[in-house]
Amino acid sequence: MLDPRLWQAREWVTALTLAAFGLAPVFTELASQPFILDLIARLMILAIAAVSLNLILGHGGMISFGHAAYIGIGAYAVGIPAYYEITNGFLQIAIAIGASAVFAFFTGLISLRTKGVYFIMITMAFAQMVYFAFISIEEYGGDDGLVIETRSEFGGLFDIEDTTTFYYFTWVSLVAALYLVRRIMRSRFGMVIEGAKGNERRMQSIGFDTYKYRLTCYVIAGMICGYAGALLGNFTSFFSPEMMDWTHSGELLFMVVLGGAGSLFGPVLGTAAFVLLEEFLSGITIYWQAIFGVLLILVVLFAPGGIDGFLGRLGRKR
Amino acid sequence: MDWGLLITQVLNGMQLGVLLFLLASGLTLVFGIMDFVNLAHGSLYMMGAFFCATLTEWTGSFVLAAFLALPLTALVGLAVEIIVVRKLYRRDHLDHVLATFGLILVFDTAVQFIWGPAGTAIPLPEWLDGRVEILPNIEFPTFRLLIIATGLVVAIALYWIVTHTRTGMLIRAGASNRTMVSALGIDIGKLFLGLFALGAVLAGLAGLMIAPITEASIGMGNEIIIVAFVVIIIGGIGSIKGAFVAALLVGLIDTMGRSFLDSFLKLFMSIQNAETSAPAISAMMIYILMAAVLAFRPQGLFPPKGR
Repeated sequence: MLDPRLWQAREWVTALTLAAFGLAPVFTELASQPFILDLIARLMILAIAAVSLNLILGHGGMISFGHAAYIGIGAYAVGIPAYYEITNGFLQIAIAIGASAVFAFFTGLISLRTKGVYFIMITMAFAQMVYFAFISIEEYGGDDGLVIETRSEFGGLFDIEDTTTFYYFTWVSLVAALYLVRRIMRSRFGMVIEGAKGNERRMQSIGFDTYKYRLTCYVIAGMICGYAGALLGNFTSFFSPEMMDWTHSGELLFMVVLGGAGSLFGPVLGTAAFVLLEEFLSGITIYWQAIFGVLLILVVLFAPGGIDGFLGRLGRKR
Repeated sequence: MDWGLLITQVLNGMQLGVLLFLLASGLTLVFGIMDFVNLAHGSLYMMGAFFCATLTEWTGSFVLAAFLALPLTALVGLAVEIIVVRKLYRRDHLDHVLATFGLILVFDTAVQFIWGPAGTAIPLPEWLDGRVEILPNIEFPTFRLLIIATGLVVAIALYWIVTHTRTGMLIRAGASNRTMVSALGIDIGKLFLGLFALGAVLAGLAGLMIAPITEASIGMGNEIIIVAFVVIIIGGIGSIKGAFVAALLVGLIDTMGRSFLDSFLKLFMSIQNAETSAPAISAMMIYILMAAVLAFRPQGLFPPKGR
């Protein structure tokens, strides 16, 4: 995997994309286009969320339609302490990850007892619950949203108020998230998760308590996404509960499937395609969402495997 | 205790309940028979409302417009089934969810394109726009009573169709064993198409009935569709009876929670705490109910037999 002589289309795209993201600040500096840097930073944050969703969706076969809730939990974990002038980033990120873990644990406890469409709907309903809860808490802005006045502070180690520092903070986070998911999926634990996706009864009959494995996986995915939410809260400096609405969970699903569910890097490519296309199309027409809708339907009908599946086929031809 | 307010709120809860039932019955039939998850069901609800708004403007009569809007919504349903949904029956639920999510984006944008971004109000005729005295000194809007009545009539009609007619027999048979039904010479494709159109009409009916109260707006279906899913999950997916009981339950709990929870909490909380926590809790109540039902009966309250 780390030997470039063995690389095929998929590995080249992965390496080149990450390198391009890593070098982007140099180019935007030279071309004085700081706007592009913001775009890629947002893209990378959403990519972390998509990678975490892919862990349960693509690898674990758990179709969660409520993943945007963790983005909200993570963002409010930055916003609410900041509201009380607690800006310690380590503490905020710990709250984001901790609160996401607690939420994922208790909702997972109930949701994972169900299968198929029940699971889709119950995860969606739990996310709506968080959404409505934050809408009705007037103290933190209600449905107007919460302004996050100061970004997280990391005790002078580095300062993410600086755009480039924040950008690299996000880049490192994305690479770390990818590495983590890769390690998880190559471990014994990951094998059990994939096995339970393929044939749960068989995994149970050889002695694995698949419910516990799934729950653990579900909690890990929630924690990673909560972390992405904390980044997003810092990035946008404003968080509205509307960003947790179920349609945004749907967009995350779209990113994963567009890139290729079940592949490590697919969700990053899917997010990139989504964000760049959104940027491009919304500049042309206010009716860009219809194009997105049609694209989504076409991908589902005719392109199973998404972008990653396409790259895989490219690799095989050579 | 203010009995007048209580009765009014019970009726409001029932009105929300029957609307949810109209949406949920279509969803539950489509899911029960075809194993198809249709997120775009809320879009058909929205289309019903917008068709009715335009037709009311053209014809000058809300009632006439309502009757014309229903076949139009059915046509949209047929088109959706033929163009997209039909190709997805053999796919898994993830594909259903994604493709119908795509349909929502298309519908919302199409409505924005045709009717503009602002909502469209539907004026009611005078005889519907008033209030009637249902009990001494208790008045209730006539139109809301009409909604409740329409919903109950549709519920009875649906129940009768499913349990007492040949079509209903096919629907039930299709739900328990699709392959066997088609082996007996029934064109299951046509049955699916018909059911999908029926679901569209029911959703359209719900949409055009709520529009005079709230006005027809983009994305109006996206919020209520989730509640409709909560209803069919509580009721047991595929069951009309379950959808009816759960719809009324959810409608009543939601309405009651919003109006009475703060006074209830004040009994054992400080007034300030009660007033801050009541809106949050009442917004979450139906989801808590669903979680509780799923924790104890993962198949819902009235799971259909033979699945």
